[in-house]
Amino acid sequence: MSTIKSLDPRVTRFNIEEDDQSMQPLERRDYFETYEVFHQAKRGGRHTHVGSVHAPSPEMAFLFAKEQYGRRSTSTSIWVVRTSDIHTVGDEHSDMWENVPEKQYREAGFYKVRSRIEQFKKRHNDS
Amino acid sequence: MYGGGYIFDKPLQDHKDDDDPVKLAEFEARIDRGEKVEPHDWMPFEYRRQLIRLIEQHAHSEIIGALPEGTWITRAPGFRRKLALAAKVQDEVGHAQLLYNAAETLGKSREEMINDLISGKSKYSNVFNYPAKTWADTAVIAWLIDAGAIVNQVTNSKGSYAPYCRALERICQEESFHLKYGYDAVVHLATGTPAQREVLQDALNRWWPPIMHFFGPPDNASVHGEKLMRWKVKMASNDDMRQQFLNMYVPKIWELELTLPDPNLRKNPETRRWEYTEPDWDEFKRVINGDGPCNKERLAVRRTAEERGKWVREALLRPETQYSVPLS
Ligand SMILES: [Fe+2]
Ligand SMILES: [Fe+2]
Repeated sequence: MSTIKSLDPRVTRFNIEEDDQSMQPLERRDYFETYEVFHQAKRGGRHTHVGSVHAPSPEMAFLFAKEQYGRRSTSTSIWVVRTSDIHTVGDEHSDMWENVPEKQYREAGFYKVRSRIEQFKKRHNDS
Repeated sequence: MYGGGYIFDKPLQDHKDDDDPVKLAEFEARIDRGEKVEPHDWMPFEYRRQLIRLIEQHAHSEIIGALPEGTWITRAPGFRRKLALAAKVQDEVGHAQLLYNAAETLGKSREEMINDLISGKSKYSNVFNYPAKTWADTAVIAWLIDAGAIVNQVTNSKGSYAPYCRALERICQEESFHLKYGYDAVVHLATGTPAQREVLQDALNRWWPPIMHFFGPPDNASVHGEKLMRWKVKMASNDDMRQQFLNMYVPKIWELELTLPDPNLRKNPETRRWEYTEPDWDEFKRVINGDGPCNKERLAVRRTAEERGKWVREALLRPETQYSVPLS
């Protein structure tokens, strides 16, 4: 069998057999389990969900997360949590998010008093 | 990085679409309203199947795409360039991670995807089956192949599958660094000595055919393609993306007084479309099916990385580990 001759001397030095078919297929769990990653860019800011990593332990998940989601600009903290420890509501209950669209009474902008004050003052001055 | 080609599979012959018509109508109404689809939403069988294929091939392209440029990290001319190239190549591997995660949310495990890459069942962008012979090749790749990838990725980021869009948003931010870094490297050579210009021109001549192949063969709108367009899986035709690329980059290449190896290349002032000699699509098919200058090496390197890293992963695997899928 011939080995790979590459432009990359490191690859050539590996003596990789060209047509080696002996690799066993990977099985599920060969890439461990997944962790969700929460990233804080600035002290005082929120931790935001940025994605996930595959890792064998929380410690390794943290290292991978730092490399994957914190290699640019600034980071002040990262949280990782096993995906399987996150609780979500399934699609079959999606109707629970349906809601009354009219919720102005919960908004600051709903409460307007100025015109009533102006009318009150006008009445007062006229009398 | 990413390139087109045979991204989408032909409709399955033996599969009857048994999607629930009521759910299908709700799904299509959601897409028409411009809403995104999340992993646990109901989706048509064919939507899921084609998206897995699309995102998986994109992920493979990123991880294999790291190899031709990675070759030059140890021989980069100078420390600043070595740092920048290592950062870019690391980004590409990071892109693969993000994209595998997105594909996993559709139900195909990362392990299955890697198996299909190594066995040759899944494809990756054809351009990475060509060698990066000189330092100038890395400059041309980082500028023009990444430019093509950006055209493709910005287009895809407007699609309907939310995890893919989120991954692409992050990827596109990083790609803008790749593009500027690559342009800087090209301009450095183009404005340098005659020898530097010569090595750059030579790289450009060799990369032009793969670049013209990059967006894939002209696709004539089939019934199938219309459905994928309607579902916002396929966002633009291969030819439209190629036109967009030519429009943005050919003038920049000519501005540097470099030439392109196609005497018919010109923008038709009336149609405002670019005219060119069709690249050799038989070569494209041959290379994508395994017979390119570097196919064997690329897969062998990937396979060796899996095989020689296996004992490490086995040592780290805890018996209680449960297989899981990224949340979003
Ligand atoms: Fe890139
Ligand atoms: Fe990339």
